[in-house]
Amino acid sequence: MTDKPMVRFDNVSKRYGALTVLDGLSLDIARGEKVSIIGPSGSGKTTVLRMLMTLETINDGVIWVEGEPLTHMEKGGKLVPANLAHIRRVRAKIGMVFQSFNLFPHMSAMANCIEAPMTVLGMKRADAEARAAELLDMVGLSEKKDHYPSQLSGGQQQRVAIARALAMRPKVMLFDEVTSALDPELVGEVLQVIRQIGREHDLTMLMVTHQMGFAKEFSDRVCFFYQGKICEQGPPGELFGAPKNERTRQFLRAVLEAG
Amino acid sequence: MWDWSFTFEILPTLASAAIITVEATLIGFVIAALLGLVLALVRIAIPWTAWPISVLVELIRSTPLLIQIFFLYFVFPKFGVVLDAFTAGVIAIGLHYAAYCSEVYRAGFDNIPRGQWEASIALNLPQWATFRDIIIPQVIPPIVPALGNYLVALFKETPLLSAIAVLELMQTAKIIGSDTFRYTEPMTLVGLFFLVMSLVSAAIIRVLERLLNRRTSR
Amino acid sequence: MGIRTLVGMLVAALAVIGLLATQTSYSLFLPGLLEGAVLTIEIAILGSLLAVVMGVLAALARLYGPAPVRWLATVYVEIFRGTSALVQLFWLFFVLPQFGILMDAFSVAVLALGLNVGAYGSEVVRGAILAVAPGQWEASIALNMSRAQMLRRIILPQAFIAMIPPWGNLFIELLKSTALVSLITLTDLAFKAQQMNQSTLKTVPIFTLVLLIYLVMSLVITIGMRFLEQRASAGLSRGRAA
Repeated sequence: MTDKPMVRFDNVSKRYGALTVLDGLSLDIARGEKVSIIGPSGSGKTTVLRMLMTLETINDGVIWVEGEPLTHMEKGGKLVPANLAHIRRVRAKIGMVFQSFNLFPHMSAMANCIEAPMTVLGMKRADAEARAAELLDMVGLSEKKDHYPSQLSGGQQQRVAIARALAMRPKVMLFDEVTSALDPELVGEVLQVIRQIGREHDLTMLMVTHQMGFAKEFSDRVCFFYQGKICEQGPPGELFGAPKNERTRQFLRAVLEAG
Repeated sequence: MWDWSFTFEILPTLASAAIITVEATLIGFVIAALLGLVLALVRIAIPWTAWPISVLVELIRSTPLLIQIFFLYFVFPKFGVVLDAFTAGVIAIGLHYAAYCSEVYRAGFDNIPRGQWEASIALNLPQWATFRDIIIPQVIPPIVPALGNYLVALFKETPLLSAIAVLELMQTAKIIGSDTFRYTEPMTLVGLFFLVMSLVSAAIIRVLERLLNRRTSR
Repeated sequence: MGIRTLVGMLVAALAVIGLLATQTSYSLFLPGLLEGAVLTIEIAILGSLLAVVMGVLAALARLYGPAPVRWLATVYVEIFRGTSALVQLFWLFFVLPQFGILMDAFSVAVLALGLNVGAYGSEVVRGAILAVAPGQWEASIALNMSRAQMLRRIILPQAFIAMIPPWGNLFIELLKSTALVSLITLTDLAFKAQQMNQSTLKTVPIFTLVLLIYLVMSLVITIGMRFLEQRASAGLSRGRAA
């Protein structure tokens, strides 16, 4: 039993030229914790996920995953920027589902799910297919396993994307506004899958979302981001029920009015 | 005016010269298509090469192919490499069209949505697998018509090889003309050959385009 | 590439030529090459003029001509696009005399290149005219303009701007094609290069200079066309037609 955080952002900053997107972010995420990140656009919330998935570089600070630095490596007792081999080794623990699904259009659902396990993990085709079949079944798409993305609805594509990410057995799953691009009637099926994997696997989950109802019911903790910093965070009951910060209140009011 | 018996006399000679023309076209195009892909890949995989490669491509596209053929033909011996005219000429044509093909590939790569690259990173795929399994299979089908057009363009420029005395169609026609003082028949036959091949290829490319579009959509 | 980059490249190329000119191994070729370049430019300019005329005529013929004229224009375009400039050049040079038509090499060159690029140009003109927004045609018809008035006052001026970049590319293709005239004994830049190369075998200096000179001419055309485009679209709203 370790109380080491699963993910630690240690004073992390991200700048684009003169624009500071994330300002000295310090955030710990415990093993198995489900954290929702909410906030207005431009608040830096998507950047948090993208930096953790190494899709963006960081300007200051260090990101740690399971006690090991992700963005840096230890050399002679000091931390230096990590090389690609180190980054690849550590980021293997992290998986991501995208707002625009990003399925490989020239591959079937099954092929999408076995590509990485075979190429990266060196699994044999039969084993990879067995695991993929299991996961596709879990997300409710076993009859569609030979279908191509263009033959699937948005909700179905996103569920395949989730299965694809899970096939790599990550310890941390990142969800970047995964229902924002879906027609309203398809949102529910994707949220249901997320609920399911949250229950059954001991996954640490980090979700950027606009689905306030879901965030309230599913998360252990909610972080409200504003202009590159965490403005307020806490258990959903507290943050949604009795927000302490005026900006949080303003945001929640605007969101509830719109929804 | 038009001597039919003469026409039939020279047909066999022209036919075997046509084979040389076709050989030059195919070898030249293989060089162009492969080297073009290599150039495009290097630009992506090794970012600092992007600028030098684009300068090289601009240089090749802004200067006449004829000059490039002469240059290679005469420059190789200076470095101790002795190549016959056919080889030097085909290499020059291949290099020239590799520059054009690399731009076609570049546009193809640019059209791949960034999300494909990001999904590959998220799945921790290594670079080589990302290119081989995800990116290149999506790049190739849409650019086949454009590559096909360059194949036809390359084919139509093979008569330039006559300038370094390669015995392809044009050179053969000129020799027949200077030997017999009858230029009308050989020159017109050569023209007709290229015209017919060009029209046929254009039709084939249109069919290919339609087939490819059907495969990628629903 | 922005105009600044192009001008930068032009200045760089001229600077390199200037630098090389200070080396005797290069400078003794420069006068002869420049003499050849003058002929190249003459052929390029005259050929381009013919190409524009043929391009516009053929496009209008294919769009609005009576059936036989349309057919003729289509045959012209297909023949000159389906065969290469060299084939056309040689055919005109070797075959016309056999029919008693005697032209000097210079005229044959201008004719062949002009007709060749004109065929491609007609597609550019046709495309640009068809791309002018339908609303413009409809407004002109509503104002009871004749076909000729419509074209002259409303359609062609708008099509003109869209045509400039593709024509720029065609002019550069024509410039590059002028090298072919060296093969019918015209003493252009390419001919001079080959001649000097045969007699001195100093391939690298000669061809380096030649490539640079073509590059300079090519850039001048590109920059010129950009300026033309800017001036022509000055009065219009931002952005090219559709």
